Amino acid sequence: MHSTKLKRLIAVVSSFAMMAALSACGDNTPVDSSSASKGKNSGISGEFHGAGASSQQGAVEAWIATYQNHNRNAKIAYNPSGSGAGVSTFLTGATAWAGTDAPLNDQQIEQSKTICKSGSAFDVPVYVSPIAVMFNLKGISGQGKHLNMDAAVIARIFDGKITQWNDEAIKAENPKVNLPATPITVVHRSDKSGTTNNFTSYLKAAAPNDWGFQPQENWPNEVGQAAKGTDGVVSSIGQADGTIGYADLAKAGTFGTVSVKVGADYVAPASDAAAKTVNASPLHAVPKGSKRVVVNVEYATTVAGDYPIVSSSYAVACPAYKDAKTGAFVRDWLSYVLSDSGQKVAADNTGSAALGGALTQKALKSVNTIQAK
Amino acid sequence: MANTSESSSAGQAMPVAVGQISAGLSAPGGGGTDGRRNGLDFSDAKPGRHSQDKIFHAVAVGCGALILVALGAVVLFLLLRAWPIFAGPQAKTSAVFASLSGGKAHGFWQYVGPLVFGTVVIAALALAIAFFVAVGVALFITFYARKRIQTVLNYVVDLLAAIPSVIYGLWGALVLVPATYPFWNWVSAHLGWIPLFAGPAANPPRTVASAAVILAIMIMPIITSMTRDIFAATPRLNQEAALALGATKWEMIKLTALPFAKSGMVSASMLALGRALGETMAVMMVLSPGMTYSWHWLQASKSQTIAANIAAQYPEADSLGVSALIATGLVLFVITFVVNLLARRITRKGGAR
Repeated sequence: MHSTKLKRLIAVVSSFAMMAALSACGDNTPVDSSSASKGKNSGISGEFHGAGASSQQGAVEAWIATYQNHNRNAKIAYNPSGSGAGVSTFLTGATAWAGTDAPLNDQQIEQSKTICKSGSAFDVPVYVSPIAVMFNLKGISGQGKHLNMDAAVIARIFDGKITQWNDEAIKAENPKVNLPATPITVVHRSDKSGTTNNFTSYLKAAAPNDWGFQPQENWPNEVGQAAKGTDGVVSSIGQADGTIGYADLAKAGTFGTVSVKVGADYVAPASDAAAKTVNASPLHAVPKGSKRVVVNVEYATTVAGDYPIVSSSYAVACPAYKDAKTGAFVRDWLSYVLSDSGQKVAADNTGSAALGGALTQKALKSVNTIQAK
Repeated sequence: MANTSESSSAGQAMPVAVGQISAGLSAPGGGGTDGRRNGLDFSDAKPGRHSQDKIFHAVAVGCGALILVALGAVVLFLLLRAWPIFAGPQAKTSAVFASLSGGKAHGFWQYVGPLVFGTVVIAALALAIAFFVAVGVALFITFYARKRIQTVLNYVVDLLAAIPSVIYGLWGALVLVPATYPFWNWVSAHLGWIPLFAGPAANPPRTVASAAVILAIMIMPIITSMTRDIFAATPRLNQEAALALGATKWEMIKLTALPFAKSGMVSASMLALGRALGETMAVMMVLSPGMTYSWHWLQASKSQTIAANIAAQYPEADSLGVSALIATGLVLFVITFVVNLLARRITRKGGAR
């Protein structure tokens, strides 16, 4: 008896709740669209395509979803085909914008003059994410657990000079941790990757004596194992005891991460610490009149609280498009991406660092000069 | 009009043609209602026969030519798309190879060399593993298994051959490879004195040895199902003669089945080798690639195959990089061509005996 009464009560309550929820839906929709038309909807309509860096994929998908909420008539698609392919496609004029981990080179800028209505393409930073050095070590790794390492130790691990977890150099920085004698297996990317480029840039800048390779998108030595894509690296790390690798912080999951020595302190990977580093970094020198905003990340920073292993990813656009509608879209789209709400959406969805401050202002200034008519 | 008249004449002539063939082959008793069809009297088939032969001839030639056209189109495409990398200025192409290989290669042959080495070694290793197991399974199915087991095994083998390589790749990368570490570790500890098995074994073992095992599992069903069918076709008389002379079952197999099936076994394994040479996804998922000429099968990041390398590098390659990758594809094409050529040679010899 009692239980049937309870069930009935639950049924009644839940049906009321459902009705309320449904009616809320019904009420909200028109309000939403009307506010959108009052506010941001600047008459953007049509189909627009972007392509490029797969690192941006999660963020771009989140941006598209929220952007389309406000611009019901805009259909946007992003093909995460990779930085190289994305820029190549952009340079054929097939896409409205491109995402890339590597800033444009001179040849690409020269080439872009043929597809832009006037001027040459420019790139602005839209997506900044901390890269974590993550490890899987029985009894020591775990979510939110850290080992302390300075750049020299990280460089020597990734160059195969430190091969055991209980190496004196690691022990010296982690006196309280009881490190096992497990051999270290380095895991790195097998494909060309902006993440590898940023990580090797950090090693070169912060530990020049221990890292003899130039920064590059391909992993430079034969140490350890290679895996395809961020997901390949993460899954390889998970498959064995004693592995260490690098990937976007958002993918760290239950692995331990390395706190990197900056100045006198050890800094755990975090998005705000990464944003701080990027905002304080100097800009790439560009010729007068160029709209490019390219960050020379200060990998060797010694400012307290900065996290130095950072990937910055760019959006490529033309200052003027042959099709004015595309110009209007790209201008509106990138302003949204760079806005505080756009950056927050990306940070909430992918664990990226929300940009802001002077750097974003500069990028927004460039974007706002895109001809919309 | 022409169509209908042709089809009607074909309709008349067809039973005649079938009758001729069956008569020529085994001379069955009741070939048809017309007694002449059992003999070699073609007089009544004359009006339709020539036009039909002509049509069949044309269709057959067309089919044969289509193969050549497809092959030629592939070669042409590869050559055209690879051309910029051979014709381009030295400085640019060497920069492309440096960026593709992480600064380890600066010329085409320097880049493709380790890839060719890796492709051939991994495929050959896979074939070496798969061949004996596959022939063993085929022998068991044809000569030793009971009827019910035979049916089940036949079904399973054919099913294995039909599984897409991505599935093998996923299973290998996520389940099999991590689980085999204790075994590889044992091998490197006990057989480490052989340079091939020099340790320390990589952990997770995403190595040449593991990739070869996955490929072996993939190509085994192909060899098994083909050799099984050939074994089953061994002349019954030969088998019975061998047994009558007092041969044991194994001697009978050695005397009759194996020599009879030799060339078929070779062509089956060459077909399988073709699959192993060109396999992309499974290798890409399982193998930790490297660009060296290393014989250390249990260590990671030593070798890479051409196909897997193309798949891995293609997305991030610029236009000249794509040309470079297609040029490596051209090399893979040549390798498979050479393998097939050798196989033809071997089977022709085997068949003559």
